[in-house]
Amino acid sequence: MATTLDINGKPVTAQAAPDTPLLWVLRDELGLTGTKFGCGVAQCGACTVHLDGQPIRACVTPIAAVGGGKITTIEGLGGAHPVQEAWVRHDVPQCGYCQSGQIMSAAALLAEKPKPSDEDIDSAMAGNICRCGAYQRIRAAIKDVAEEGAR
Amino acid sequence: MNAPFKPEAPSRRDVVVAASLVGGSLLVGCSPADLMSLGSKVEVGAFGPFIKIAPDGAVTVISKHIEFGQGSHAGLAAIVAEELDADWSRVRVEYAPANAKLYSNGSVGAQLTGGSSAISNSWEQLRKAGAAARAMFVQAAANRWNVPVGEISVKDSVLTHGSGKTAAFAELLADAAKVTPPKDVTLKDPKTFTLIGTDRVRRKDAQAKSDGTARFTQDVRLPNMLTAMVAHPPRFGAKVKSFDAAEAKKISGVVDVFQIPSGVAVVAQNTYAAKLGRDALTVAWDEEKAEKRGSAAITQHFKDVLVGKDTSVKWEPFDQRGDASALASAKGEDVFETTYEFPYLAHATMEPMNCVASVDGSKVKLVFGSQGPTLDQLNAAKIVGCLPGSVEVETLFAGGSFGRRSSFQSDYVAECVHIAKTVGEGRPVKLVWTREDDMRAGYFRPIVVHAVKVRLDKDGYPAAWRHRIVTQSIMKGSPMPAGKGPDPTAIEGAADSPYLKATPVVDAQVACPDVGVPVLWWRSVGATHTAFVMEHTIDQLARKASQDPVDYRRALYRKAGADRHLAVLNHAAEKAGPLATAGWTRGVAVHESFGSVVAQVAEVKLENGVPRVGRVVTAIDCGVAISPDQIAAQMEGGTCYGLSAALFGQVTLTDGVVDQGNFDTYRVLRINEAPTVETHILPSGNPPSGVGEPGTPVIGPAVANALLALDQRATSRLPLIRDT
Repeated sequence: MATTLDINGKPVTAQAAPDTPLLWVLRDELGLTGTKFGCGVAQCGACTVHLDGQPIRACVTPIAAVGGGKITTIEGLGGAHPVQEAWVRHDVPQCGYCQSGQIMSAAALLAEKPKPSDEDIDSAMAGNICRCGAYQRIRAAIKDVAEEGAR
Repeated sequence: MNAPFKPEAPSRRDVVVAASLVGGSLLVGCSPADLMSLGSKVEVGAFGPFIKIAPDGAVTVISKHIEFGQGSHAGLAAIVAEELDADWSRVRVEYAPANAKLYSNGSVGAQLTGGSSAISNSWEQLRKAGAAARAMFVQAAANRWNVPVGEISVKDSVLTHGSGKTAAFAELLADAAKVTPPKDVTLKDPKTFTLIGTDRVRRKDAQAKSDGTARFTQDVRLPNMLTAMVAHPPRFGAKVKSFDAAEAKKISGVVDVFQIPSGVAVVAQNTYAAKLGRDALTVAWDEEKAEKRGSAAITQHFKDVLVGKDTSVKWEPFDQRGDASALASAKGEDVFETTYEFPYLAHATMEPMNCVASVDGSKVKLVFGSQGPTLDQLNAAKIVGCLPGSVEVETLFAGGSFGRRSSFQSDYVAECVHIAKTVGEGRPVKLVWTREDDMRAGYFRPIVVHAVKVRLDKDGYPAAWRHRIVTQSIMKGSPMPAGKGPDPTAIEGAADSPYLKATPVVDAQVACPDVGVPVLWWRSVGATHTAFVMEHTIDQLARKASQDPVDYRRALYRKAGADRHLAVLNHAAEKAGPLATAGWTRGVAVHESFGSVVAQVAEVKLENGVPRVGRVVTAIDCGVAISPDQIAAQMEGGTCYGLSAALFGQVTLTDGVVDQGNFDTYRVLRINEAPTVETHILPSGNPPSGVGEPGTPVIGPAVANALLALDQRATSRLPLIRDT
C-alpha cells in the first residue's frame, strides 16, 4: 500500500507499510540520509524533522500519522539557511552525527521565537543529545542567528 | 598524481607468511607493520603519501587518522599547508587507505587513531611532507626562471621572484612533480608560522556536517545492499544453543536468518525489516560459560581483593619507594584514609556501532568509520582467510567513538564480516546496531576501586602514600606482546602523579581480576578514575592540613618539579579571578594526560540537591597550539563528556544482564545541564600533545572538590546522581 507524502515541498510516494516510522522511509526508501538514527525511541533528537513547521521525532512517527502534512528535512533547509550558516561560523559540529537534528530543532525554535531566552533555548533543545558536548556553541550559534535577525 | 589505491598481487612468500598469521601465530623477523600490510600496495604520488595536488592547484591532505569529532583533520591539514605555504581556503582532506607501512601511527605501530596522538605523531611527518613539496615547487620555478631557489618566496600557493615573476602551483605542477623530492628539508622557524596557531585553522567539515551531506557508515547505500541486525545473547560469553526463525521469516523484506559466532543474524532489504525480523526471533542461549554476576557482585569482588579478603589475584607494584609497611595499620590524627568506587561506563556514541562489508571469495571490502584500519583488516582477514593488506578499507566519518571503535577484536566489524561472508558473492551488507544493542554490547570502561592511605608530615604534606587499585585489565585482550609490569592503562594518572613524586615513601600496587564483561578504553582511559582519585584526595588532604587547596597543590608541584602543572594551575586561577560568581562555589582540579596538562576552576551550586555546573575556567598546556579554536572545542566537549559521567554515567548489570538500554536509562548530559567553558591556552614551544582526551577527566574531581567546599562532604563513589 503506497502512502503519499509531502517531503521538502515535493510529493513523494512511499511503498513502506503505513506503520513504518518516517525515519526509515526517509533514509532507506527516499535516500534522505541527513536525518539520523540515534535511539529509535524519541530520546536523542537525531531524527528531528519538521511536520508543518513543528519539530517531530521521525523515529517514532509512523508515516500513516503524517497525513497530508508538510515534512521538512535537513536537506530541505537548503544548506545556506541562517541556522546552518551560524553552525558553520561557530564550528559547532564535532563528530556531526547529531547536528541535523540539532539544526532542525533550532530552526523551529527561531521560526517561532526569533529572540529566544536562555530558558527558551534550554527547553527547545534539551531533547537533542550531543555526546561530543557542542552545547556551548549550539547556544552561541542560536543567539547569533537571533541577533542577526534583530539587526 | 591522484593515485588510486591498487592492491597488488601477493608474492609466494607473502602467502606463506599470511597463512601462518591467519593461523594465529606471528612470524619471527617480521615487523607488525610488515605483517599487517601483506597484500597491500598503495600507489604513492609525486608528493608522497600525504599530499596530492590537483591540476587546478588545489591541495588534498591525505589523513591517516579518522575524524570523529576531535578536529584533527583541520589540524593535520594545517600542518601541511603551513610548511607548503598553500592557500588554506583551497586545502581539503581525504582519508588514507589502510596501509600499516605508510600510514602507521608512530606511537603504536599500526594505523590507528587513539591516545590523543593524531597531531603529535604527525607533526614532524607532515611538516616534512609539506616542506618537501614546497621545495619541489621552488626548484621547478628556479629551473623555469633560471634564478637561485633562495630568491623565490611562496605564499598562498603562489611562487614569486623579486623580478616580478609569479606562478601558481597549478602552472608549475607538471614540472614540480618531476623534481626529485629532497632528502633533507628545512622546516620553518615556528616564529614565522602564518597559519598554525591562528583562528584561521577551522574545521573543513563544518558545512557538510551542517547540511546533512557528511557521509557516515549509517548513510552508506550501495547497489544490492542488504541490512543486517543480530540477536545477541543477554549475557556476556553465552552462545547460541538453538533458534527458531519461522516468525522472523514471515516479515516482509527479511531475506535470510542464520547463525554467526556472536548470535543470530537477520538480513533484510531494509533497516526496519531487519529490526522487525530480529525482534521476531526466538533464540535459546547456552549460558554455561557466561558471566552471570551482577555489577554489585563484581564490585564487591574487587573490594574483597582490595582489602585482602580475596588473595587469589596477583598484586603488581607500580611505585615503591622507602618502607611503607607501617602505614598499612597506622592510625592517628596525621593519617588520612579513603576508598573510591567507579562503575562501568558506556561510550554511547551518537551513531551506534555499524559497518558495511562485502566478501567475494577472498576479496573483502569494508566501508565504515574505522578507527584502527589495519587492525580491522587483520581481524577481517582471519575470518575470510586472506592477506590482511588485501582487505580494502574505505574510512568514513564516525558519529563519535571515544575509544569504542578500536576494540582489539574489531567486535562489530568481525560480526559484519561473518554475515557478509555467509551472504557472499560480494554483496554489501550493512550491519546496524540499535541503541540498545550498542548499550548492551559491553566494551565498557571497567569497574574500578581504589584505596588510598596517606600519612602527613608535620607541615601537612604527604610523608607516606599507600595506594591500591583493583580493576579489570583493558590490555589483557591485546594481540600485542605483553610488556613487563602492570597494565599501564590501569595506573596511568596515578603512577606518574606529581603528588606521588612529592611523597618520600610510596607503596602503590594494582590488581586486575578477570571478569567476563568486555572492557575498553573510554575517553581519557585510566585518567577517568585516577584523575578523580588523586585530585579529590588532594583536596581532602589540604583540608586536613588546614591549607587552601590551590596553595597546597602549588607546594606539592614545587616539591615534584611539576612546572607545567604549576603553570596551568596558576594560569587558570588567574583567569578565574579572585572571587566566585555570587551564589556559586569553586572547585579546582589539575591533571596531565596524553602529554597535556589541564587545570580547571569549576563553579558549582546545588539546585534542589542536584549539582549544577556553571562557569568552568580551563587552562591547557598542549605544546604548540595548531588550532586554538579546535582546542577550545575539545575542552568544551571533553568537559561535557566527563561531567556527564561524573553526574550520571553508569552501566549496571543484574545477574549478568545489562540493565540500561537507551538514553532513558543511561542518562547523559543535555544542553540545560551544560557548563560554560572558557579555554586559555598556555604559550609553548614544545611539540604538540593531545587535546581530544585531556579535557575529559578534570571536571569530575573539580565538581567533587566544589561540593566538598560547599558542604564538607567528600565523594567516594561515582556517579554523583544515582536515583534517575
